[in-house]
Amino acid sequence: MSRRSLRGSLRFGLLATLLRGFFLMVSFDKRNQRWIIWALLLAGLLLLPFITDALLGRGWVRIVDFAMLYIMLALGLNIVVGYAGLLDLGYIAFFAVGAYCYALTDSPHLAQAFPIAFPAGVHLPFWFVLPLSALVAGGFGVLLGAPTLRLRGDYLAIVTLGFGEIIRIFLNNLNAPVNLTNGPQGISFIDPITVMGVSLNKTQHFFGIAFPSVHLYFYLFLAFTALVIFVSQRLEKSRIGRAWMAIREDEVAASAMGINTRNLKLLAFAMGAMFGGASGALFAGFQGFVSPESFSLMESIMVLCMVVLGGMGNITGVILGGILLALLPEVLRNIVMPVQQALFGKTLIDPESLRMLLFGSALIGMMLYRPAGLLPSRLRRRELGGDDAAAEESVYDATH
Amino acid sequence: MDIFLQQIINGLVQGSVYALVALGYTMVYGILGLINFAHGEVVMIGAMLALSSLTALLGWGVTPLLALPISIALAMLGCMVLGYGIERIAYRPLRHAPRLAPLITAIGVSIVLQNLAMMIWGRQYHSFPQLIANTPHNIGGAIINNIQIIIFILALAIMAGLMFVVNRTRLGRAMRAVSENQHAAQLMGVDINRVISITFMLGSGLAAIAGVMVSANYGLAHYYMGFILGLKAFTAAVLGGIGNLRGAMLGGLLLGLIESLGAGYIGGLTGGFFGSNYQDVFAFFVLIAVLVFRPSGLLGERLAERA
Repeated sequence: MSRRSLRGSLRFGLLATLLRGFFLMVSFDKRNQRWIIWALLLAGLLLLPFITDALLGRGWVRIVDFAMLYIMLALGLNIVVGYAGLLDLGYIAFFAVGAYCYALTDSPHLAQAFPIAFPAGVHLPFWFVLPLSALVAGGFGVLLGAPTLRLRGDYLAIVTLGFGEIIRIFLNNLNAPVNLTNGPQGISFIDPITVMGVSLNKTQHFFGIAFPSVHLYFYLFLAFTALVIFVSQRLEKSRIGRAWMAIREDEVAASAMGINTRNLKLLAFAMGAMFGGASGALFAGFQGFVSPESFSLMESIMVLCMVVLGGMGNITGVILGGILLALLPEVLRNIVMPVQQALFGKTLIDPESLRMLLFGSALIGMMLYRPAGLLPSRLRRRELGGDDAAAEESVYDATH
Repeated sequence: MDIFLQQIINGLVQGSVYALVALGYTMVYGILGLINFAHGEVVMIGAMLALSSLTALLGWGVTPLLALPISIALAMLGCMVLGYGIERIAYRPLRHAPRLAPLITAIGVSIVLQNLAMMIWGRQYHSFPQLIANTPHNIGGAIINNIQIIIFILALAIMAGLMFVVNRTRLGRAMRAVSENQHAAQLMGVDINRVISITFMLGSGLAAIAGVMVSANYGLAHYYMGFILGLKAFTAAVLGGIGNLRGAMLGGLLLGLIESLGAGYIGGLTGGFFGSNYQDVFAFFVLIAVLVFRPSGLLGERLAERA
């Protein structure tokens, strides 16, 4: 079967599934409806890379892959900010730790610094490095959290921000006297991720269908995102999750109820850091290259924006925020140039800055329009609800 | 010994600029309890406005000694309007919103300003015209030039002026009242919105001057200069105890000193293992240490509430 007709039949197949699903939905009761919606969603997600590839091109599949990574990061940060209410402005540092962990243990780089100990560099298996990255990042989380978690609100935010910058500066400068991170040039030639003997870096054929590398990574990231969503959901309902939310609402009351606030806050920090570290390892394997540039403060802020914009503490909201903010700059990138060309016949304004300008305005606009996020969590909405007494009080007071 | 003195001088000059910017952060925080993340960009806009008007004025043949004050005044005016606008658009509608909402709009404003500046002034570095004869003076083996002297003295004078405004005038009393308790201040007849607007404008005016100082000191201005400067100044404000004006001044000077002494000596102390490229790490380590051991900052008040 030729490629084009395969795409056509896939599209047709999707349409047929949608139609059949619609008729089934009309005829079945509510319980079945939910299953059908889930099945449709799953089918849509499984077909997403092929649809994106067919409609928008290969580059967009890559963008979707990155969006998945951002969603994972945002969900990890959501544990810290959304559940436990600890404002973390240096979250990307854990992502960096995970990424460098993978980069160091799966690349020829260490051969440069320690040629005697590792003549060919280090190449550990993915399933070993992934938990390792998560653990190391979690360790850094504890390291940062232990002395600082008694700070509250904005102070914690600034300490975490400083921590993020420290990690980045160290990554930038630890190429001398021992070349550990290769400085601003970063580490390249990182091994691609291999799952069950299948390298995700080249096109693979299953059931007669060709799966390009970006598609394979998409399915890997999809699986991990699903796992992160599952864990987040279970955490939210668990004893630990409820304790975190109690701490978020009122720390004094929570500790009076017998909650060990210090340990639980530390746990939230470590958990968030572990998710960040694991996504970092995935990022390093996917990209094949890491450099300190990818872990600037702007990235931390971006992830935080996803969490806040979508609706803190609400998993669906955070996912929505992640998708929106990961795709918006790319969509703008593709709109800004042609529109200028069409209007003025030439590029008047630097498209890069125009797109960031629109992005910044969109952030302001969305926040003014929905200050509690696009999909606020139910509990939060109750707290911050429209016209009740709580809203009368300045929320800036909430910091004191 | 002369290296020591030299680093002290550099630190004090850099620190006085940090202090001016830190005052802007701390005034807004004192009154609204809000981190004005866009403040660093206001500094950058101030520097750019001053640079543009200075170039234009010099082009028209105005004498440098007249052109400099005029362009600084123009920059201050522009920044005050900007500060007022930021507060009206990005913060006032969110005064009753969840605490993180104004943080996001502040980040949005910051991105917008940075990219606007990039559109208007481009990506390149602009050199700041040298107007004052840069005679180096030798003090005990260390070198200080005219610009540095002017920056330091001007910064001290402005800080003294601000202290006067806050502690001795009717407006200052209103500002202190609002920061103490908004509702009570309103009941006493203070127009809160007006006080908040004026606070933002004052802070932005100081930011404009600081921007001119930085670019005059280094001879350069750049659309990205505000970000790291804002970060450092905020660090300084926290170091001194945020919400406290004296704290911001002390924190700024201290941070400048710590940075320049740290950068000057770290290479020798660690046997060349760490170099002066770790200067920024130094500032943040000090910040974390201060917050861990004295969470309210050096001169922080209201320790029980905020810590």
